[in-house]
Amino acid sequence: MTLQGVLDAVAAVCMVTGALLSLAAGVALLRFPDLLSRMHAAAKPQVLGLLLMLTGCAIRIATVVDVTTMVLIAFFQLATAPVAAHMVGRAAYRDGQTRSDLLLTDELAPHLERFEERPAEKRGRFAADPPAAE
Amino acid sequence: MTVAAVAIAVLLTAACAMTLVRIVRGPTTLDRIVATDVLLAVTVTAIAAEAAFTRDPTALPVLVVVSLLGFTGAVSVARFVTKERQQ
Repeated sequence: MTLQGVLDAVAAVCMVTGALLSLAAGVALLRFPDLLSRMHAAAKPQVLGLLLMLTGCAIRIATVVDVTTMVLIAFFQLATAPVAAHMVGRAAYRDGQTRSDLLLTDELAPHLERFEERPAEKRGRFAADPPAAE
Repeated sequence: MTVAAVAIAVLLTAACAMTLVRIVRGPTTLDRIVATDVLLAVTVTAIAAEAAFTRDPTALPVLVVVSLLGFTGAVSVARFVTKERQQ
């Protein structure tokens, strides 16, 4: 077996694993009961699936310019996926769309109650949202 | 490599189909947003797989743009949902 054949086999294994993670996310989106667990499964193809696929891609296309582009893709994806997940989870929690019977612990709840007890005009510049005009 | 290409195509198509079912069924806007993000990630994965199998890096700059800007949709809709509840 030549070196090229070994590299192709490694690339194929990486890429099939990445595709399997995408399939796992699809199954989880259908089967999981609430939004937070679906978000947990949804991060798999966004991060590890894409990284494995780019690894296979970098093995197949082994030029410096293209590997640099793939590193950029991986970096941007790693930087932006948590932002989207954080914003969606925050909106879901504030909107009451999380199922509290499925949570083992909810460390945010006491702090959130303290936050909401404070009058709107005293929230100051660190408030997440400006108080609504009455 | 042909076997791997067919396997990856089947897996990614099945993942896209299940994600589309979740987008149609909902039940909430945020569920659809999470499913749309997954659909975008699977699309990026598929384009990367295509580039790998053809050894053709033409589509890679597209992936840079998508991975850099793909999160703006989820963030803006999440903000909209929060604002909607305050009113």
